[in-house]
Amino acid sequence: MPAIETFYDVMRRQGITRRSFMKYCSLTAAALGLGPAYVPKIAEAMETKPRTPVIWVHGLECTCCSESFIRSAHPLAKDVVLSMISLDYDDTLMAAAGEAAEAALQDTIDKYKGNYILAVEGNPPLNEDGMFCIVGGKPFVEQLRHAAEHAKAIISWGACASYGCVQAAAPNPTRATPVHKVITDKPIIKVPGCPPIAEVMTGVITYMLTFDRMPELDRQGRPAMFYSQRIHDKCYRRPHFDAGQFVEHWDDENARKGYCLYKMGCKGPTTYNACSTVRWNDGVSFPIQSGHGCIGCSEDGFWDQGSFYDRLTNIKQFGIEANADVIGGTTAAVVGAGVAAHAAISALKRAQKKNEEA
Amino acid sequence: MDKHIHVPNPAAPEPFEASRLTGDATAEDLDSIRRRTSVYVYEAPVRVWHWLNAAMITILIVTGYFIGSPLPSMQIDEAYNQFVMGYIRFGHFAAAQVLTVIFFGRIYWAFVGNHHARQRFYVPVWRARWWRELFHELKWYSFLESTPKKYVGHNPLAQLAMFFFMTIGLTFMLITGWALYAEGAGQGSLPDTAMGWVLGLVQNSQRLHTLHHLGMWAIIIFMIIHIYAAIREDIMSRQSMVSTMISGHRTFKDDRVE
Repeated sequence: MPAIETFYDVMRRQGITRRSFMKYCSLTAAALGLGPAYVPKIAEAMETKPRTPVIWVHGLECTCCSESFIRSAHPLAKDVVLSMISLDYDDTLMAAAGEAAEAALQDTIDKYKGNYILAVEGNPPLNEDGMFCIVGGKPFVEQLRHAAEHAKAIISWGACASYGCVQAAAPNPTRATPVHKVITDKPIIKVPGCPPIAEVMTGVITYMLTFDRMPELDRQGRPAMFYSQRIHDKCYRRPHFDAGQFVEHWDDENARKGYCLYKMGCKGPTTYNACSTVRWNDGVSFPIQSGHGCIGCSEDGFWDQGSFYDRLTNIKQFGIEANADVIGGTTAAVVGAGVAAHAAISALKRAQKKNEEA
Repeated sequence: MDKHIHVPNPAAPEPFEASRLTGDATAEDLDSIRRRTSVYVYEAPVRVWHWLNAAMITILIVTGYFIGSPLPSMQIDEAYNQFVMGYIRFGHFAAAQVLTVIFFGRIYWAFVGNHHARQRFYVPVWRARWWRELFHELKWYSFLESTPKKYVGHNPLAQLAMFFFMTIGLTFMLITGWALYAEGAGQGSLPDTAMGWVLGLVQNSQRLHTLHHLGMWAIIIFMIIHIYAAIREDIMSRQSMVSTMISGHRTFKDDRVE
């Protein structure tokens, strides 16, 4: 047995059969968009490679990422990855508390220097020297910097770590700052969402174990396999959008028919996530399927994009509740009125001049 | 000599060629024809671009507005047989692609066309004369100046508006528009390779939509002012305006200097 247990060891110890282990591997391969040929590769990696140590730290957050994670559809993902994490450090999920927990963190850092993945849930507030989030008697930002120093890579779980989320919404009193703006010298994978989809979270970790590298990232640093398309691009209500059939009011006939929620402020067309394909809770449903528009939770600054129920975004810089149409329409009306007045004066002046000449 | 052709000044050697061809000219008409001159200013590609551009912008504004605020739901047929929003979006994308092509064509013409074909691509802020005439033009529009100046091309104020709305403004709309189109075209597609970086810059696609939408209103405001100014100048200035963009010829109403 290797010095560090493999994932497979952990699974077997937890009483998981080889058959369900193989099922997990093929499911994960499918979720990652890999062909069947990769199933044995994943299985082999799980069986032979020492499991990747993960340190999971929590800043300003609501723990919804952890909540999502432990509800991963496939029980194995939960058991495996969760056991893995609780073995190392996760102040929410681990049994140890207080000084024992802090010692566990330091042990993990020392033992796996340069080899562990730092998973960050939440973000550090920087105002008042970070005093708005204290972990183990110190500002969270210090713990984050300390843990990041020797990390191989960093995973920013959720909208908080990736973009700032609600605590960074204007005016952001604590100056909550996404991880990549604090740690600038490490590879960072953003897995946004409030929370991210459980299968996306386990999928990212499994990918990194199987291939010993970071998944392909898009321009915003998100795993391209899950965040390369908008909800809208794969939405099962898309045909109603193209047909021009929309829910006009909540609970109208169109809502009962399952028409497109575009006019109800659905942010599907501007949100990159896998909800419309992977869905939630073991693939049961996702917000749009439940009759509510997408709120765009995996997008940068989604709390500052106005109401969840308006298609056109409110533009706060104007100090009033105004969207592009209100601002543009008002300006155009003022200009139009100005033009009309100008035309009237021009005509009068011209008539006056003619009278003078006559 | 045809008795219709009136020679007000017998000392003049020959009447102008043009006055010979106008059979119904009165004495005043002939006097007028002699003073008026015309300059060929807008070459055919510029005129074709102008009207195509205007048509595409009109289509883009109408379809764009209905993409942001769709028409009331229609129940013509089952969703698979109905494509209302699809056609509106198609119209928007098709017009945008035409607009893009002719925009590049117009830039090309700025290099090979005449002097006036270049005017809308820059603002000569380094010229004191340009500034003086800009203020003159502002005074003319504020009714503080009784006579406008004559220009073969754009007056300084018009040049400023053209530059900001139609050169910078259209570029902004093309960049944001193609960035939005790249989202639907998908990662790795040509529009995404070319313009996908814009979304990375703006971060949130909702923000990108809002910027593009505000741009539409800027262009609507430009249209209001542009059409008004063109018609007003046609009536009140000392030169032709509207017909110049049809025939290409700028005619002047008097023979006074400037």
